[in-house]
Amino acid sequence: MRTIEISVGAFVLAGILCLVFLAFRVSGVGVGDTSGSYLLNAKFNDVAGLRVRSKVSLAGVTIGRVAKIGVDSETAEAIVTMQVSQDVANLPVDTGARIQTEGFLGGRYISLTPGGEEQVLHNGDTITNTQGAIGLEGLIDTFISKMGSK
Amino acid sequence: MLRYLRLLGQWALGWIGALGRASMVWFQSLAGLPRRGDMTLLLKQIYQIGVLSLIIIVLSAFSIGAVLALQGYTQLARVGAEESVGLGVALVLLRELGPVVTGLLFAGRAGSAVTAEIGLMKATDQLSSMEMMGVDPLHRIIAPRLWAGMICMPLLTAIFNSVAIGGSAIVGVDWLGVDAGGFWGGMQDGVQRWEDIGKGMVKSGVFGVVISWIAVFQGYDSTPTAEGISVATTKTVVYSSVAVLALDFILTLVMYGDFN
Repeated sequence: MRTIEISVGAFVLAGILCLVFLAFRVSGVGVGDTSGSYLLNAKFNDVAGLRVRSKVSLAGVTIGRVAKIGVDSETAEAIVTMQVSQDVANLPVDTGARIQTEGFLGGRYISLTPGGEEQVLHNGDTITNTQGAIGLEGLIDTFISKMGSK
Repeated sequence: MLRYLRLLGQWALGWIGALGRASMVWFQSLAGLPRRGDMTLLLKQIYQIGVLSLIIIVLSAFSIGAVLALQGYTQLARVGAEESVGLGVALVLLRELGPVVTGLLFAGRAGSAVTAEIGLMKATDQLSSMEMMGVDPLHRIIAPRLWAGMICMPLLTAIFNSVAIGGSAIVGVDWLGVDAGGFWGGMQDGVQRWEDIGKGMVKSGVFGVVISWIAVFQGYDSTPTAEGISVATTKTVVYSSVAVLALDFILTLVMYGDFN
């Protein structure tokens, strides 16, 4: 009887723990592991398709994640807060940030291109040299208008 | 002609009668107030029905999660969207496969056992001797099994889903090399608590009620012979499986079906 009680208890506990796992690990937000990283901001004119937790990469290597996406109501620009690993703490102040697409239909990510300045970006600094998302629709629009003008 | 019509009528009346008896078993066994000592009976049934089903649930969940990740990866990698594997696997599992496959396994593993046990009790006159002693078999035998089934199904489904998602993560992230952040991040962005997890749990609760009801009733209503028990056990598995699949369609239509 005692083994039955214990195994039933363990079973119910396992079920509840699995529910908790589903509720907090599989769904919901929250960027994990903030240790050993610093925050950078960047303003973009268009961040369509970018999500919280999207990759931030330097030379194709993932060095961080998008932590927050907000909007600056004065300039009507998107402010993206990125969490970048402390390992790359020597990014110059004129570093450029571009939103790119992985593959043809893949997810959006931010690609950083280092500049040549001697001063480096610190926690909370803002990257000004940015290029927003170019959607497939935008490309098609440009193509059609160019074809039309010929 | 008239003979066939009569047979059809008999068959239909038999069905309606069985449904009526099943409803009576259901209400009578759940209507009685819980008494002292009922918890022990319930505990024993949760052990029989839930704990002993764990192995098959965990093993199947792991293989299904692993296979989903493998198949999803090969298709999604073609368009460079292999990070969506996590989200795809999680949605498929939480919404459909988790409750349905757990239901089918549960019917095969626990439902058939319950039917056979109650059927044998009936065939060996244990149920009628209980009535002679003034013990209500509906209360003592049927009710704990019904409750145990209803409690175990959602728990088993939660375990199934978690293990399957874990299996898909092992195959997807550790083996095939999908970016872990994209895998879990895409999942967390796309999976909603109530819409996906909650509604999946509602499904599993409904399946739990239906499967244990069918299992208990088939045993209680079986012909008290060796052949009768085997027929009843088969019926339990067949009816439960059909009921799970049909109800799944109806529940999906009701819960997700705002197509207008």
